[in-house]
Amino acid sequence: MNKRGYFGELWFGGKSLLIGLKLTIVEMFKPIVTVQYPREECDITPNYRGHVELVFNPETGKCDCIVCGMCAKACPSNCLVVKGEKKEGVKGKILTQFSLDFTKCSLCGSCVETCPKSALDYSQDYNIAGFTREEFHYDLIERLNRRHIQPLAAAAGGN
Amino acid sequence: MPPELLRMIIASVIVVAFVFLNAMILGYMERKVSAHIQRRPGLMEVGPHGILQLLIDGIKLIGKQLIVPEGSNRFLFRLAPLLSFAPCVLPFVVIPFSKKLQIVSMDISLIFILAMTSINVIAILVAGWASNNKYSLFGTFRSVAQAVSYEIPMLLSLLSIIFMTSTFSLQGIVAAQKYYWFILVQPLAFIIYFISGMAETNRAPFDMPEAESELTAGFHTEYSGMGFSFFFLAEYANMFTVCSIATVLFLGGWKGIPLPLGDFTGIVWFMLKVYGLLFVMIWIRWTYPRVRFDQLMSFCWKYLIPFALVNLLITAVVVKLI
Repeated sequence: MNKRGYFGELWFGGKSLLIGLKLTIVEMFKPIVTVQYPREECDITPNYRGHVELVFNPETGKCDCIVCGMCAKACPSNCLVVKGEKKEGVKGKILTQFSLDFTKCSLCGSCVETCPKSALDYSQDYNIAGFTREEFHYDLIERLNRRHIQPLAAAAGGN
Repeated sequence: MPPELLRMIIASVIVVAFVFLNAMILGYMERKVSAHIQRRPGLMEVGPHGILQLLIDGIKLIGKQLIVPEGSNRFLFRLAPLLSFAPCVLPFVVIPFSKKLQIVSMDISLIFILAMTSINVIAILVAGWASNNKYSLFGTFRSVAQAVSYEIPMLLSLLSIIFMTSTFSLQGIVAAQKYYWFILVQPLAFIIYFISGMAETNRAPFDMPEAESELTAGFHTEYSGMGFSFFFLAEYANMFTVCSIATVLFLGGWKGIPLPLGDFTGIVWFMLKVYGLLFVMIWIRWTYPRVRFDQLMSFCWKYLIPFALVNLLITAVVVKLI
């Protein structure tokens, strides 16, 4: 027999059992905290480090990339391909291809850190799944267009 | 065919159907209540709020193969689920759902129900023994020890009601609660009965025979398909029986605010009370952790049985004096 004695144990145990029951019944009527994932999506933290993405500059209406190729050189897995071409009358190179092979990317973030114009950032996209590996060869220029430039054009056309 | 026999056959078919329906309702209730206690929505996919999930589960279980493990006693292994299920349906024959909704009114209804629910222990023993599996065997040992111990306080607490009514007929006991429910004069007997009823049906926190963390699934580890579902159905049918005895003996049975056609619609009150108690059982399951085996035994022998005996003694003295 422990220090509480026979009836003391009964009283103490019974009380703690009732406290437990009260706790669960109160929890039962509180709102649900889980997210029904495929039906709903959670807001993701801004610090989420997805694959890299070109940054849209609202002032110039396009990306700040100067095709220096630093990101492609910094990439330890060689998954970035950056190409640009020189045009008459325009200063600097114009970006023509920026592709990411996400199947090889290790999400180290070296490309984002080395970019001198801060034209690269992490994506917030976490719903990535596919049936072929080609689906993960991203054309980042096209993604930028789809995300920012086309909606802007549509809005302008609508007005 | 005599009309009395026809009535009994139809009623028995309804009762068996109800046993299946009850398992579905309770399975749904259990999963929903546990989900909400853990603040998640639970079943949501099949049908609105997942109400058809248990139907789908049933179909899945029927479709599954019944695997008989090597080295087991084939005959006993296949017999055990049926042995568990059949006696669980029989108590429904004498449960007074309403004044006129009772298949057979017997003078010894209560003894009949208690005898039938006790057979479940033999089914568990056969299942565990025939499985040729150490987990099943340990589950069986625990289950039998537990059922034998907890039957004593259960019967003692029910006996104190029998002293007051001097009848074993469930209709007679309901009729005796004309002015007040017996829970008001016998709260201790009710608590003791409810606790031992939970232990008898192997419900958490007394689910030692199927303690997942230690014994995989206890006595039904080796069962698949319909063999497993019969144990599942039997467990829920037993829960219903335990709660309906509690309702009849302590909560006034089918009595409540009078409804039209009172001889039949008493079933509404009966079901409300029974499912209320079943909710409490589920609520308790998802609140408490499993007790250790020595705690289980010491609780029964050191607390429940002495208290039940004292309660019985006091009842006897008071009944004698009045």
